[in-house]
Amino acid sequence: MSALSHLFRFHGGIKPATHKTESSDARIRPAPLPARLVVPLIQSSRGSARPVVTVGDTVLKGQCIGEAQGQAGTAIHAPTSGTVVEIGLYPMAHASGLDSLAIVIEPDFEERWIESEPLNLAHASREEMILRIQASGIVGMGGATFPSHIKVGNAIDTLILNGAECEPWITCDDRLMRERAADVITGATILARLTGAKRIVVGIEDNKPEAIAAMTQAAHSVGADEIDLGTIDVVAVPARYPAGGEKQLIRVLTGIEVTSGKLATDYGVQCFNVGTAHAVCRALVHGEALVSRVVTVTGNVERPGNYEVLLGTPAADLLALAGAKPDTNRALMGGPMMGFTLPSLSTPIVKGANCVIAASPKLFPPAPPEQPCIRCGTCARACPIELHPFELYWFSRAKNFDKVEAYHIFDCIECGCCTYVCPAHIPLVDYFRFAKSEMRAKNEERKAAEQARARFASRSARLEREKAEKAARLAAKAAETRAQLAASGEAAAAAPERQEAAAPSAEQKADPT
Amino acid sequence: MTSPHIRLDNNSVQRVMLYVLLALVPGIVAYVWNVGAGILVNIAIASVTALGAEALVLKLRNRPIAITLTDGSAIVTAWLIALALPSIVPWWLTVIAVLIGIVGAKHLYGGIGQNPFNPAMAAYCAAIIAYPALMSQWPAVGQVDFATQLQLILGGGREIDGITGATALDAMRTGLRKNEAVSAIFESTAFGYAGGNGWEYIGAGYLLGGLFLLWRRIISWHLPFAFIAGMGLTATLFWAISPEQYPSPLFHLASGGAMLGAFFIVTDPVTSASTPRGKLIFAAGVGIIAWFVRTFGVYPEGVAFGVLLMNIGVPLIDRKTQPPIFGRRGGKQP
Ligand code: SF4
Ligand code: SF4
Repeated sequence: MSALSHLFRFHGGIKPATHKTESSDARIRPAPLPARLVVPLIQSSRGSARPVVTVGDTVLKGQCIGEAQGQAGTAIHAPTSGTVVEIGLYPMAHASGLDSLAIVIEPDFEERWIESEPLNLAHASREEMILRIQASGIVGMGGATFPSHIKVGNAIDTLILNGAECEPWITCDDRLMRERAADVITGATILARLTGAKRIVVGIEDNKPEAIAAMTQAAHSVGADEIDLGTIDVVAVPARYPAGGEKQLIRVLTGIEVTSGKLATDYGVQCFNVGTAHAVCRALVHGEALVSRVVTVTGNVERPGNYEVLLGTPAADLLALAGAKPDTNRALMGGPMMGFTLPSLSTPIVKGANCVIAASPKLFPPAPPEQPCIRCGTCARACPIELHPFELYWFSRAKNFDKVEAYHIFDCIECGCCTYVCPAHIPLVDYFRFAKSEMRAKNEERKAAEQARARFASRSARLEREKAEKAARLAAKAAETRAQLAASGEAAAAAPERQEAAAPSAEQKADPT
Repeated sequence: MTSPHIRLDNNSVQRVMLYVLLALVPGIVAYVWNVGAGILVNIAIASVTALGAEALVLKLRNRPIAITLTDGSAIVTAWLIALALPSIVPWWLTVIAVLIGIVGAKHLYGGIGQNPFNPAMAAYCAAIIAYPALMSQWPAVGQVDFATQLQLILGGGREIDGITGATALDAMRTGLRKNEAVSAIFESTAFGYAGGNGWEYIGAGYLLGGLFLLWRRIISWHLPFAFIAGMGLTATLFWAISPEQYPSPLFHLASGGAMLGAFFIVTDPVTSASTPRGKLIFAAGVGIIAWFVRTFGVYPEGVAFGVLLMNIGVPLIDRKTQPPIFGRRGGKQP
């Protein structure tokens, strides 16, 4: 387990107050069962599930209640035993604030597990394992919620285990690594086996020495014979937001700069969050589907902490558990840099929800009023992608979308560093999100128009073809008639019919297509 | 509310401007010490005019007044204009210059952030073109007491013989035109160790303030470095060829507005280039042009002209020097 001899740098980044100590010493404790669990059918960035239960069904903990839909879909499971009481629309834990279909379960408070079927890893085939990952509903637990069974489909040499946790306030991965390092490492070795990776590199920000120690120890105790694996390195990376961004972490650990438009796998590298590795271990080694996750509950609360939370638990229950102070006016899901304000406090915890932060006007004051940009370039110095946010800002404001694109707005990862440092308090990321959505909408419009044109063209082609066929038929018929007439010696009677047969082709020429 | 939900503490345009004003203090102290307190009167006149003009224009343009007025940018422009003009110009010339800077160069182009030309330098150039005589009357170092300075600034009559002295740049130009050797010209009382007698300390004060701004990361090194390199290398080249015809790079950098230009003028974020390479090109260009104007032009000082000329090129420079970004460097491809 040698330390990597050399780390690389990425440009920019920021060092906001970490606010980790509020919750980093709190052990993971199970959150109590809520009165109702609301389990959304969409829990992944790529696919959704189809309900396989109906209202009134009793379910066991870990029982599949939503089947993976399509190749990219992932299953969802009953987080506890109880009764399905409703299948309806509920607000999603998503910045869009849109509703999604959810299965509502009333717990029977007995927590009866469905009979578990651990895989015998020594004999299981790769396909079996991948199917199990999909059937266990595993998605990226760092927040991206990309289906893991798709991700392991790519062959790689280096598997990066992301334990950076660079966003302020969040400590769930820290606690997971401290308390369940062995499971995390086991999960990572399974992922390495599935992807063919010869090397696992665990990247952890250097402000988490206990997690680094625990993970190093767990990595040491992996038997070399256990898996077909070269090395596991646990590496402390300099704490600087967004060191945990996928491309940034890959850059820091391997020096590889993933080219825009390419995927990490094109370079033989893939990133998995430590929570994902943990979930993979639980699913394959212990036969437990993904029904809970560790969530940090912090911010404007009396008792910040880390909880093992059943999926579907309302955020409000967690806030009550941690003792949200009276001046709490909203809750954030995720960290303060990239997280979003929950549309409602009853929004349920989902697979990608790593943190709930109680916010008050005092703790998270509204941004000061926006002033004109003085082109000081501070934003460009902070941008990890080395964009020039102020140029993008001027062009976005002017709705000069060609320029916006030329200055690579679609490479922006919306990390928020530029907004964070801007002395003119310009919400730069908001402008970029707006410009991106406008441009996407324009693209959609263009695509729709193209499709319509294509449809029109094919319709015209079909009509033309039909006309031609009809004409041919008529001509054939006419010829036949003529032949008959000729046979009967009355050729003159065929003339009008010939005209009729010729008419459609003249019409065809006039067709605008 | 949208992400990010946190902002850097104590971070504002006001703070940036305050740092710039703070950084000007050592130079101003040296100014008062060596030349006299008249400059403070000019700074005050310029500041009041700038704030008044800014408020008025904002009102006419129907813009929020308080937030822009307090951002400090007008005061910075005012101070720079006051420091660029001779400290005994009559009050109305300061007022006119500031109005040109704030109303003409800044607000007619859409206000802070949108102006292509450096307001202070636009004001300076307009003043020197319109009032060349007044703009060449600099107080002789250590010979004009405050009362006299005040009278020159506020009063009408201008009995200036014996009061004004040629600046080092002036003396050098005049001497060279008369085919005197650089070393002989340096014998005159106008000169100190490297630049103008007394004025070189003011330059050192600006240098000190500039280093402070670099340390606080208010300005990036590219601009002052390239300005100094541009002016210094050009001067070195000619000086090496003929040291009695062309004064040394040290003289150029220690004289006139070189230090003010390097750390406070070319570093104006709004009107300078914004990419790293662009900044180098921009500021080096200013330094080189300034040297040429000083050496061959009709005016003794050329920093302002260099700035305005290079301002014109900024959009092009920026466009041509966009650096590659993360993931688009065309490095290792899979
Ligand atoms: S940090 Fe803000 S004020 Fe400075 S250049 Fe960027 S957008 Fe403009
Ligand atoms: S949000 Fe986009 S533009 Fe701003 S710093 Fe992050 S990547 Fe750069």
